Amino acid sequence: MNLFSSVDAEVLAPLTSGWFLEHAWLIPVVPAIAFALIILFGKRMPFKGSELGVLSMLASLVLSAGAGYQWIQRVNSATEEQFVDPVIKSWTWWQNAGFEFGIGQHIDGLSILVLFVVAFISTLVQIYSLEYLRGDRRYTHFFAALTLFSGGMLAMVLADNMMLLLLGWEIMGLCSFMLIGHWWEEDVNSKAALKAFFTVRVGDVGLLVGISMLYFAANDWTRENLDVSGFSIRGISAWALSGEPNSTVIMIAAIALFIACIGKSGQFPLHTWLPDAMAGPTPVSSLLHSSTMVVAGVYLVARLYPVFFVGLDIPGGGGNLIVIIGGITIVISAALAFVQNDIKRVLAYSTVSQLGYMMLGLGAGAWMPAVFHIFTHAFFKACLFLGAGSISHSASHHSFDMKRDMGGLRKVMPITFATWIISTLALCGVFPFSGFFSKDEIIDNVGHNGYGLFMIIALIGAFMTAAYMTRATYLTFFGKPRGASAGHADHGAHDAHAVHDSHDAHASSGPHESGLLITVPLIILSVLALSSGFLNATPFGESWERMKLWVEPRAAEVIDETHSGGPGESLVIILPSAEDSHSKSVCGSAQPEKGICYAPQLNHAPFKWLKAMMSLAIVFLGIAVSWVLSFRLFTKRDPRLVGLTQRVKILGVGHKFLVNKYYLDDFYEKVIVRNIAGPIASAAYWINQNILDGIIHKIASSSRLISGWVYRNIDQRVVDGAVNNSASFTKSVGTAAQPSQSGKVSQYGALLFSAAGVAALVLVIINT
Amino acid sequence: MFVNQFLFLAAVLFCIGVYGVVARKNAVLMLMSIEIILNSVNINLLTFALRNGSTDGHVFALYIIAVAAAEVGVGLGLVLLVYRNKKTISVDDLSEMRG
Repeated sequence: MNLFSSVDAEVLAPLTSGWFLEHAWLIPVVPAIAFALIILFGKRMPFKGSELGVLSMLASLVLSAGAGYQWIQRVNSATEEQFVDPVIKSWTWWQNAGFEFGIGQHIDGLSILVLFVVAFISTLVQIYSLEYLRGDRRYTHFFAALTLFSGGMLAMVLADNMMLLLLGWEIMGLCSFMLIGHWWEEDVNSKAALKAFFTVRVGDVGLLVGISMLYFAANDWTRENLDVSGFSIRGISAWALSGEPNSTVIMIAAIALFIACIGKSGQFPLHTWLPDAMAGPTPVSSLLHSSTMVVAGVYLVARLYPVFFVGLDIPGGGGNLIVIIGGITIVISAALAFVQNDIKRVLAYSTVSQLGYMMLGLGAGAWMPAVFHIFTHAFFKACLFLGAGSISHSASHHSFDMKRDMGGLRKVMPITFATWIISTLALCGVFPFSGFFSKDEIIDNVGHNGYGLFMIIALIGAFMTAAYMTRATYLTFFGKPRGASAGHADHGAHDAHAVHDSHDAHASSGPHESGLLITVPLIILSVLALSSGFLNATPFGESWERMKLWVEPRAAEVIDETHSGGPGESLVIILPSAEDSHSKSVCGSAQPEKGICYAPQLNHAPFKWLKAMMSLAIVFLGIAVSWVLSFRLFTKRDPRLVGLTQRVKILGVGHKFLVNKYYLDDFYEKVIVRNIAGPIASAAYWINQNILDGIIHKIASSSRLISGWVYRNIDQRVVDGAVNNSASFTKSVGTAAQPSQSGKVSQYGALLFSAAGVAALVLVIINT
Repeated sequence: MFVNQFLFLAAVLFCIGVYGVVARKNAVLMLMSIEIILNSVNINLLTFALRNGSTDGHVFALYIIAVAAAEVGVGLGLVLLVYRNKKTISVDDLSEMRG
């Protein structure tokens, strides 16, 4: 029985393990130590601490690659349908009064995959930063924060319990604040950092609520059945699938956790911080948008998938919170990408949109394609961001404005151009680039699992993705050079970041290709953007689906209604159909007497070339339409298109709506903040003026009357006499005690402690 | 439960702290000694919290940590201002308040 790990011991093969798997907890520990070393000794090191950062990330990369290799061996050592136990190690962090907080690792295919991606991208980004931030005034601190950022993500990914996950989650929040606000001398940057921090905090409240709810709901069950606490991820997963949990409790917990993911992964309506986060240095944007931080929310959903699966009734089809949020996010952020002039903002909105795809996939039960999309998206998005950084670094005088300072760069920056084109095609999902294999699978499975409406939304999103990326590519690399990339830059106006760098001299020699430290990471990433999709190339059949074999927990065989009845019939557990999906367990009917179920039953859509051709056609249509429009508008200045938004009123309104980002920022600041903070302030003012002041005035006038009498009779006669007497007494005592007031603090301290010692002695004597 | 060892450690730390406060002339070092004293008290609280199996001691310890942080903030601010005015942080030179 593949579902259950504890039964039929004789048919289960022993699983192999290895040093790297057992010691995977070292992966985040190395960057954490490196962070401390950089902070303490970085400034005295020959390369200002950057070598420590790069080396620690390389070490993490080697460790996670080793762990990945041994995990594949472990999977291969299992029988065809055996559940591959994760490698879990757990130590007690602290315990008291019945509570126990653990610390440890939970290594399975998903965490290994994300660990590897994070370590890989972080290494490349750090190498890139060596060149990009050379001469920056806070070079050492930048590398320290970058290293800790990766460390936080790695810790979150391999956490075996929710407390450690929360720790890594919050470390990331802090580091993103430090890195986005790296150039905090400019007001915009520090505001963006604060906005990122506070917006994510709004969601983090949901994480705390969700963790506490799950703990109190699951603890008894997990203690009894698995002997782990209610914080354990493995325990919570098994509990969610056991059929025990109250459906309301698990639904609210899932919603609370998902709110945290909305904040962290920039989903609608808390996506507003992500584009502003572009204020940070480009390597930060690249890391933040490709593998760390924003992926954390998606990862949390994938990690605790059983909770969402049961809590939000994912197998039920139709629609649930996750797919609705994901679907909205895909479309609204893609629309926003059309009106941006800043190349990094276009990429930022495209990240938001791609995260929407991941959420949509997870929400619709397409777990594997969504996780695979994390993997492929990390490479091409990191490549795109680093490419944008390369352009601003070497061609456009640190400007990111596509309309003013770019254009025609394909000839002067051939390497950046080639890597950009490969990654753009991957992002658009063109065959055979990596994005095709993941995104198309998501779209396909979303439709297959009964979310037809959202499949159409995803296809519209694919069209829009292709169109806005073509527009950005056209503006950047084609047409005539403009502004800084044409060689005539006005330094003062837009040279926002150059003031921080001492290496600006070379930029005045006109646009040119970047150095090796920048182009080599670009080339590596673009090769992966081209090839990584073949790790799970569904179109070529089962034998190409390596990633599915290694990563997806084997709840059961792939079940397609048309195929049941084969020789594996006795093993097949039919997925509950839409009507009886509310039955006790999503694991199958034989549960829970026979064992404990750790992973939900997942459904896979059979690949059809026809469907793929349809989505490819949509993508190509998007590219073509956008290309023609861009050519007519930006190069030919076609009079029918130029100023269209001014002439046609409805388009103008829509454009204004998009430029103002749906007025969400205004809504948050002017409506929510003002309506909550404003009334409180005015109510407080009213109370102050009318009630408090009135009371005070009354009291003042009456006390004035009384005090006059008191002054004449009591004060002058009784009190003054006593005061004068005591004053003369005090004076004599003071003169006597004067020498002890030496003004020496140490002496006072000695007196204080000896008095305390005498008091302690008295106390001891009394008590014995 | 090794209560004795914890209490002994706390007592030793306390004495070190008292020695620092009384004998040191440098204001920053005195502040650090005060921190040691506070933390030795924390160890005592946590020891008894563990022995009694209650969370009260933990709560007190957390409060002390928070208050200590505030205290250091104020203390260092004072030291900084003193240094600006006097160009020294030796407490022996700050005896204007003598009687």
